[in-house]
Amino acid sequence: MKSSVIIFPGSNCDRDMDVALKKFGFKNQMVWHNDQSIPKSDLIVLPGGFSYGDYLRCGSIASKSKIIKSVIDFANSGGLVLGICNGFQILTETGLLNGILQQNKFLNFICSNIFVKVKDKQNKYFKDLKKNVLELHIAHNEGNYFCSDDELKSLEDNNQIAVTYCGEDGTENETTNPNGAIKNIAGIFNKNKNVLGMMPHPERMIDKYLSGEDGSLFFKNILDNFK
Amino acid sequence: MKIKVIVTLKNGVLDPQGKAILQTLNGMNFRNVEDVRQGKYFEIEVKEKDEKKAKSLVDDMCKKLLANLVIEDYKIV
Repeated sequence: MKSSVIIFPGSNCDRDMDVALKKFGFKNQMVWHNDQSIPKSDLIVLPGGFSYGDYLRCGSIASKSKIIKSVIDFANSGGLVLGICNGFQILTETGLLNGILQQNKFLNFICSNIFVKVKDKQNKYFKDLKKNVLELHIAHNEGNYFCSDDELKSLEDNNQIAVTYCGEDGTENETTNPNGAIKNIAGIFNKNKNVLGMMPHPERMIDKYLSGEDGSLFFKNILDNFK
Repeated sequence: MKIKVIVTLKNGVLDPQGKAILQTLNGMNFRNVEDVRQGKYFEIEVKEKDEKKAKSLVDDMCKKLLANLVIEDYKIV
């Protein structure tokens, strides 16, 4: 499975993502934001970081960069596009995903391990995943997901909510919501579920000695579903 | 021609920074401050003499980049 990771000025999880993808057997290549086209890929990843210094709004400048047109075309033709953290913010700014990531409710930068519940498995990312709750890592200042009531209803009706913040046992409530996101939303899909944006970093959970391996499950699962 | 734009959060959208400023002002004994909403201000120099045309250009910029209409309103002043 071929993947491409797009590097924006200020991306800082691009190499982590490269390491993670290669570890599980993706043939990954790095693509610069100023390029016009993306080499043939089965998966495009927009990595975490602070593209363009988070100027104006997180992800807003990156969402207008040269490479984005190719990303949008790829997504609209059904290709898998995964946005992690700043990548999720970029995807909402392009309009590929609904809503926006606002500043965390309590104005703090959050860096910690959290649990997320997988809400939908009828998609190429989570289909046949053995676990329902994953331990992943978040590190963000703007992860407070917000959308209009109509958009929320449409997300719920179409099962586009991908993952939600929860406790280790899967309980979702205010105490397991780190940043104030509506309905504890940590990640969503587009209507066709080929585009996934989420705040948690699976690429930081791929080593059983350093972190945990729930990120490994995530990447292996994408590969298994591709076969 | 210089066009000025103010971008504010829509009514009903939580503004934690505004809340923090409000609490600080109250703590500084500005007791009659009831609410604070924080926004953004832009000055855009447009190479255009016709004010109507310049404003319509800036309007397009607001919709496409300067404001995110999910949570923000904009005003060209």
